[in-house]
Amino acid sequence: MKKISIIAGKELRGYLNSPIAYIIISVFLVITGWYFGSYLRQIDYNNTTIQGFLNVAVPCILAFAAVITMRSLSEEKKMGTWELLLTSPVSDTEVVLGKFAAGIGLMIVLLVLTLYYTLLLLVLGGAPDTGPIWTSYLGLVLLGSAALAIGIFISSLTNNQIISVVVSGGILAALWGIGFAVSYVPKGFQQLISYISFKSNFNNFLIGIIDTRSVVFLLSITVLFLYLAVRSLETGRWN
Amino acid sequence: MIKVRHLTKYYGKRLAVDNISFDIGKGEIVGLLGPNAAGKSTTMRILTGFMMPTKGDTWIADCNMVTNSLEGRKHIGYMPESVPLYTDMTVRDYLDFFARLRGVERDRARKRINEVVTLCSLEEYVDTIIGKLSRGYKQRVGLAQAIVHEPEVLILDEPTVGIDPIQVSQTRNLIKELGKEHTILLSTHILPEVTMTCSRVIIIHKGKIVAEDRMENLSAITKGSRRLRLEVKGPSDQIIRRLQRIDGVRKVSKEGNYLIVESPINIDPRGQITETIVKSGWTLLSIESVEMSLEDIFLQLTTKEETEQ
Repeated sequence: MKKISIIAGKELRGYLNSPIAYIIISVFLVITGWYFGSYLRQIDYNNTTIQGFLNVAVPCILAFAAVITMRSLSEEKKMGTWELLLTSPVSDTEVVLGKFAAGIGLMIVLLVLTLYYTLLLLVLGGAPDTGPIWTSYLGLVLLGSAALAIGIFISSLTNNQIISVVVSGGILAALWGIGFAVSYVPKGFQQLISYISFKSNFNNFLIGIIDTRSVVFLLSITVLFLYLAVRSLETGRWN
Repeated sequence: MIKVRHLTKYYGKRLAVDNISFDIGKGEIVGLLGPNAAGKSTTMRILTGFMMPTKGDTWIADCNMVTNSLEGRKHIGYMPESVPLYTDMTVRDYLDFFARLRGVERDRARKRINEVVTLCSLEEYVDTIIGKLSRGYKQRVGLAQAIVHEPEVLILDEPTVGIDPIQVSQTRNLIKELGKEHTILLSTHILPEVTMTCSRVIIIHKGKIVAEDRMENLSAITKGSRRLRLEVKGPSDQIIRRLQRIDGVRKVSKEGNYLIVESPINIDPRGQITETIVKSGWTLLSIESVEMSLEDIFLQLTTKEETEQ
């Protein structure tokens, strides 16, 4: 546990010392803020809701995950520092979990900043329905973890961060975009697609429902890809 | 302290390390000498637990590095050949990260960082971003990283490659100094380096140990034959044929504009050579003794082994 926090701490400091984290967070806030405001205008301020933010939050958080995990392991490979990391008395699992914890930490900072939208509505005297807001945030955290795990796994396969970000971005975009195809495919596939699509999984959280299936699915994805990342490090030792 | 038994490593189908075994006792400084791609780095990577062997076992401080690698790694300080660094961190943060990761408590780490920074003459740069340091200083940071957690065993892969001559001699002195408290295995392809720093040498070639001996004995191998370099004006083919007939001359070969004459150490053919050349009407421009290069030693060791077989 201690080793995980040492690695996570180092990673987080790395994020905060480089401009990339600030750029991503700024872009994220500009895009989601824009949608938040324009949605309110669109409905003539008849309702106080953060729907506008939530409409773009998922693709934004997926992009965020792809970008911040691109260097997590690939950069260590490229710089050769993983040789030091993997010869220190730390298990491969601790290395992967340390990287993952740092990603979760940065994502939570990001999501806390977006609470500003809800606070703004409350301060201005609106009465947003807080139930769906909390479940949506839960959904975002779960989706974000799954995306971070996928990103870390992809990053463990290459020493090139560009390849890493493109491949994990592509996979995440596919998992999101496949949700739009639900109504165009034969009946048998619909259920499968809505089960694996990030979009369909998020829809329940959006309307205030915590669906166990979605929670289990997203947590399984997270665990599976973290496990694969650990195996990928282990395999490297035998080759 | 270090024990290696029947270590074998294949990369795919390519054999990198071929069934090697050796022991290194506490407090020894041992040089792993070999040309590039001899299997030095692979051996070290397996010893440090970074890689697993295809066959065989290694032990560091009685911990089997295949089955109990995590425990064994606590006793190791390692500097890989590429001297990997987090270039966006300061020297202090970098050392602190690895000290803490290897189980040094926060307060102790602070104290140790001051110690190793002094030892490696990095005081001035301790709060500098590593990326801004020169190659020589980066090398020192790499070495500081390897000793910050006070490991019993130090494994240094080509510790003096790519730094200037003054820094090379500083690094060698530092290694000697460290040898008082650590068991050290260092790899190099530079012969004088082992002569200067090590008490024992293991020579490896094409993944096999071709010689393993104390330094004194190695020098005997290198002094076993004498080499002369001649510059002669005249038809070189004829000259070579003529020189080969001289008693005590083992071999004559052409190297650029020079002729290399090899003879046993106890025979000095210089008198006869000059006489022969002058008598034949050619002009001897220069004659000098040359040291055997590492390549020659390898050649000698490996060919000797083959003839023995």
